[in-house]
Amino acid sequence: MDAVVLQALNGLDKGGAYALIALGLTLIFGTLGVVNFAHGALFMLGAFCAVTMQKLLTLSQKVEDTSVTFFKAYKEVPYLEIWFGDTGAALIDFAVPLAIVLTIPVMLVVGLVMERGLIQYFYKRSHAEQILVTFGLAIVIQEIIKSAFGANPIPTPAPEAVAGSADIGAWLGVGQGLIYPYWRLIYLAFSLAIIAAVFAFLRFTTFGMVVRAGMQDRETVGLLGIDVQRRFTIVFGIAAVVAGLAGMMYTPILPPDYHMGMDFLVLSFVVVVVGGMGSLEGAVLAGFLLGILQSFASMNEVKAIIPGIDQIIVYLVAVVVLQVRPRGLFGRRGVMEG
Amino acid sequence: MSTATIGSPSDRSARSPTIAGSASNRADHVKFLIFAAAVLTMPIWLSPVGAAYPDLVQKFAIYGIFAIGFNILFGLTGYLSFGHAAFLGVGSYAAVWSFKLLTMNIVPAMLFGVLAGGVFALLIGYVSLRRSGIYFSILTLAFAQMSYNLAYSVLTPITNGETGLQLAHGDPRVLDGPAGAGLPSTNLFGVETVGYSGFYVCAVALILAYYLALRITRSPFGMTLRAIKSNQNRMNYTGFNTRPYTLAAFVISGMYAGLAGSLMAVVDPLAGAERMQWTASGEVVLMTILGGSGTLLGPVLGAGIIKYFENIFSAFNDQVLSRMFDFLPAGLGDLMVDLVQPFVGDGWHLTLGVLFMLIVIFLPGGVMEGVSRVAGRLRRVRSDRTG
Repeated sequence: MDAVVLQALNGLDKGGAYALIALGLTLIFGTLGVVNFAHGALFMLGAFCAVTMQKLLTLSQKVEDTSVTFFKAYKEVPYLEIWFGDTGAALIDFAVPLAIVLTIPVMLVVGLVMERGLIQYFYKRSHAEQILVTFGLAIVIQEIIKSAFGANPIPTPAPEAVAGSADIGAWLGVGQGLIYPYWRLIYLAFSLAIIAAVFAFLRFTTFGMVVRAGMQDRETVGLLGIDVQRRFTIVFGIAAVVAGLAGMMYTPILPPDYHMGMDFLVLSFVVVVVGGMGSLEGAVLAGFLLGILQSFASMNEVKAIIPGIDQIIVYLVAVVVLQVRPRGLFGRRGVMEG
Repeated sequence: MSTATIGSPSDRSARSPTIAGSASNRADHVKFLIFAAAVLTMPIWLSPVGAAYPDLVQKFAIYGIFAIGFNILFGLTGYLSFGHAAFLGVGSYAAVWSFKLLTMNIVPAMLFGVLAGGVFALLIGYVSLRRSGIYFSILTLAFAQMSYNLAYSVLTPITNGETGLQLAHGDPRVLDGPAGAGLPSTNLFGVETVGYSGFYVCAVALILAYYLALRITRSPFGMTLRAIKSNQNRMNYTGFNTRPYTLAAFVISGMYAGLAGSLMAVVDPLAGAERMQWTASGEVVLMTILGGSGTLLGPVLGAGIIKYFENIFSAFNDQVLSRMFDFLPAGLGDLMVDLVQPFVGDGWHLTLGVLFMLIVIFLPGGVMEGVSRVAGRLRRVRSDRTG
């Protein structure tokens, strides 16, 4: 029982990341009709916003280390600690969550520039060409990050206060031994909050209503005198922010490196296809579903029955779903019909 | 999505009259002979650009075969596969196993490589081709990733996991009889296939592969494939079952990939799972697009260009660069070094990405389209003068 709950939780935080990326992919696809292979790179950029924030906060000055008396020794002390003492140290400790103030504007700008600068010229071109050009863009972004930050994963720890593990077993009263890192719980809550925010935005605001109408029938909405294009561009920016936030919060779980985006992208595309191209609910549910399946498949008991299943489960599910329900679990008629 | 809409300019061959007229037939043969001569003399005419050494020209030939095969699927039918590296890897494994179990002769190894690639493509294609458009791309990607992950984990007895499959002393090699000291090298009925002789094996394979692709493109079968690309629905409405044709194209291109994979094992008898990774699939897509998809020569050109520049660019480092720019005044030279430096050496992939984007944006037909545009302009200029 413990193991089952634990695996479900394990799957949920990874599923949260898949769901957030897949949500952005689906939004972009539903509004602009563009298949964005650079979305994983946006996820990665978000993660590196957290890295940049950490670097900025820990900009240091060389100070003589008085604890060493035999010879002159120096140590690096961040300016923040010099200026603000303990408050500064606390700020540094909270580098990852604080990075949100950097991530949102940066990702919004990146998204808008990308849409205006490149994507808008590819609306009318074939999906294959969209895939190819965004694939090229993903390589470029990835290599720029590599030359700026190096090829090695950069550790970005979670704040001290939530670095430990939660004793979920005690909370639920199912016994001891069921412990789970706080940060992963936070990630799960965070991703659910973002998903809820995006859905609420689309459902309850006038802007969202126009966007949904535009997704249904762009031409008619345009004929009503509404500038659909401008709104769709903003939606692209929002999708970029969502991917960026997903990446930023994921850094304490997985130290970011320049190709993390590609790894997530491939899986997120599978998620989108399983959920059904063009269905936001499908993307989110399939994200969590595949995350959980993946973590159950990596249990030793399961691996003993079907060896290697943990490596292929996601792809296997995708193959089966596409054969049985060609439009994906929640796909609608007429979207991306070949 | 209709698979019809991929880069119309790349479809030059579709627009030109291709029903085996004698004139175009003769032109084809002339082109083929020039191609064959050019491939065989590669070690000569490539030496001024510093590319005439066996390792590199072998790569040109092998990736050329891979790209020609990929183009038979993508260029003719428009189905964009993102999992072609799986067939390459399977071909390599099959060839190395043939070296280990049967003989060091390369003929059985190549046969097994082609066969393995074909059978594997038949299995994957049968399932994937039920869908088209992006679904097809994702399905092939999923299968390739599955194979890659399995090769690393459960299939380790067959693939030797991360170490890669290598020759060993204890291999049976039932047809060769007892081996002497040291590992045997690959041979073609006794002639060792290392270095340039290895290249000539690859070159002959490339020429045959090109010829076969030429015949396929000009045949009624090739016409059918192009018809599927331009409008599959219409084909279906006329009562034409397209599935067997796309599947045949998929299997053929899988066999090409298997051949390329087995040749990799011929020139260097080991096989690793990284050959199956999806970045390798992406690479062959890049080659085909860069050269010009749907053309015969384009994919080979693309493969050559990418492998050549990969080799040249990754060899650059700061010293080479500063030597290159030392004719400039000191400050300017340093500036140039700083500007160029991120794009070479480890940054070669950045150049590749930028180049690739530029090609897709401005020249979707690849190098071949560029060549024909320039040629067309020249012809117009000339006819203006004479006329």
